[in-house]
Amino acid sequence: MRDAFGQPQRIVVLGGTSELALAVLHAMALDRVQCIVLAGRNEDALARAQAALLGAGAAAVQIVHLEATAPERASEVIAACVEAAGGQVDLVLVAVGMLGSQGDFDDDPAATAEAITVNLTWPAAALAALRPRLVAQGYGRVVVFSSVAGVRVRRANATYGATKAGLDGFALGYAESVRDAGVVVQVVRPGFVATKMTTGLTPPPMSTTPEVVAKIVVEAMAGTDLVVYAPRVLRPVFSIFKLLPQAVWRKLPG
Amino acid sequence: MAEPIPRRLSGWGRTQSVRAEVVAPTTAAEVASWLSDPKIHGGVIARGLGRSYGDPAQVAGGLVLDLVHLNHLGPIGEGGSITVGGGASLDALISSVLPKGYFTPVSPGTRQVSIGGAIAADIHGKNHHREGSFCSHVTSMTLATPTGIMTVSPTSNPELFWATAGGMGLTGVVLEATISLLEVPSGLVTVDTDRFEDLDALMAEMVGGDDRYRYSVAWVDCMAPGARLGRSVLTRGDHAPSGLTDGSVGPLPKPAKLAVPFQAPSGLLNRASITAFNEAFYRRAPKHKVGELQRLSSFFHPLDGVANWNLLYGNRGFLQYQFVVPDHAAETVRLVIDHLSGAKIPGFLAVLKRFGPGDPGPLSFPMAGWTLAIDVPIGPPSLPRLLDRLDDLVAEAGGRIYLAKDARLRPELVEVMYPELDRFRKVKAEVDPNGVLTSDLARRLNLVEGTR
Repeated sequence: MRDAFGQPQRIVVLGGTSELALAVLHAMALDRVQCIVLAGRNEDALARAQAALLGAGAAAVQIVHLEATAPERASEVIAACVEAAGGQVDLVLVAVGMLGSQGDFDDDPAATAEAITVNLTWPAAALAALRPRLVAQGYGRVVVFSSVAGVRVRRANATYGATKAGLDGFALGYAESVRDAGVVVQVVRPGFVATKMTTGLTPPPMSTTPEVVAKIVVEAMAGTDLVVYAPRVLRPVFSIFKLLPQAVWRKLPG
Repeated sequence: MAEPIPRRLSGWGRTQSVRAEVVAPTTAAEVASWLSDPKIHGGVIARGLGRSYGDPAQVAGGLVLDLVHLNHLGPIGEGGSITVGGGASLDALISSVLPKGYFTPVSPGTRQVSIGGAIAADIHGKNHHREGSFCSHVTSMTLATPTGIMTVSPTSNPELFWATAGGMGLTGVVLEATISLLEVPSGLVTVDTDRFEDLDALMAEMVGGDDRYRYSVAWVDCMAPGARLGRSVLTRGDHAPSGLTDGSVGPLPKPAKLAVPFQAPSGLLNRASITAFNEAFYRRAPKHKVGELQRLSSFFHPLDGVANWNLLYGNRGFLQYQFVVPDHAAETVRLVIDHLSGAKIPGFLAVLKRFGPGDPGPLSFPMAGWTLAIDVPIGPPSLPRLLDRLDDLVAEAGGRIYLAKDARLRPELVEVMYPELDRFRKVKAEVDPNGVLTSDLARRLNLVEGTR
């Protein structure tokens, strides 16, 4: 169960090697957490994340294998995660995703389809599998990692942006569908974050770090804000960006 | 039989809202049948008037039994004995028995408490130092448990009786209870009030003088810094003799005249507004006043005059931190107040009170010593860790946290603070082998191993 401050005891992370998700866990009161389930693919990275979390005070960290290219098996992954968490889940972090390079997507139907599967189809299928469990337990919190890239899609990362736009929209609708059941869904829209995902890219203005995003997410988890920008300044910035004529948008740097 | 309907529930502090199915049984048999219903997978807990601050009267995804209909009030028998339904409120009880010259043997800070809740939390009042907690005045109770309906008393089944006293509803649903009322000569209280500049003077006076009064409680300003730390107002009294009134028992408590109409914005109750209130409260109190006549309601239940006052804390809600430490650890009270003041946590006047010896309930809160309770709004980022630190101080001193107020204790501290937890678990396992009775509190604190 969660406590009066929203502190969870049982956490499932879909995308258990995500630097953002792990930064969020490390920004939480880990000594208050009874069980963390990391679902991911890279076993070495999962083991490292597990060791780091245990070292930081988490009582137990379980690992579940997740293959994001196989959405038809998402419900098995969810079942395994909930079971590993002990039947109840206070917090689910949805951080499955890949960035990729737009040049590799442009002329490649298979790569494009895979990006959409990993970033949108799998998370959406997993959320659908999770829904009856959350509704039945009558409470819970789901934090979905979207991106400002999906707020207004641009040429430089069109495929990634489109997948995040799809996931973002799905999560917003999902939030409404579970609201009456006492379940809180929050959609996090980070800007450019310096992680292994963005290694080699030139950070644009207002870029940030996983630690900054984590701090903002942890603060947001004390409340019920549906959409969370990180850094926060991106909310007003993108409310203007959305209104720019395409001719202007096209020429913006970054 | 009524069908359960889904509802959002939270405690008085409004911090942990969840959805559960809620049904209001009209008979004891109906309560029993819900406890043995094989279709119930998410656990069952009874709920009275929802005055517990945190999450004991809710079970997310489970079934909550609203006992509002089990509110019968029996006739007053010999020696002031009365049998009342588990869902009856102390308000209804007092209104019914006061005109006949009786009063509840233990009165908490509100009349909006059910009998079942009073037993489940083994509530205490301003007379604990002399007369103990609520269950010390209960002579018998009838419980619906998953293994059947049973009537228990401190002699017929002391283990189940005392496990239920303070057992947070986890050993059975209180269908009805027989309690010993207090005979009172009037509906008024004679009150002596004293103001103290600091905590030492207050505590010395309480140690030296409380035994002369049936009722005693102090309000302490935990925000005043430096030398004014712990400035306080001590009120003590007893029921006024009938000679002081017109011969009748006097005025009945009245329903709330004021109500908070909607949820206030979070932050209305902040450091500035609470400091101003505390200052005004202290200034208004007389330095020393003897024999003032007060209505029972204004002496015992000042906050009942404003309905829904919990909405003042806004959508983030609030919590109450209440602990007790043994007499020899009086210094811990000062340490806690020092910490609260030092961290600039906005908190209304804290209530400080001396407890007499506790009763045998393994989860019953009171023990001989000092108890302090303070309401704080959710919001200050340093609050969670500060309260963790205070828990450590309390545990080191051999004290404990009141489960009826808790919404954030670390589970591993429960068995430190309640060393007889295993005795409770054993009784619980006997009457509820499948762990049907559970609550969000029980799950959060692992009170019962293997609950659903």
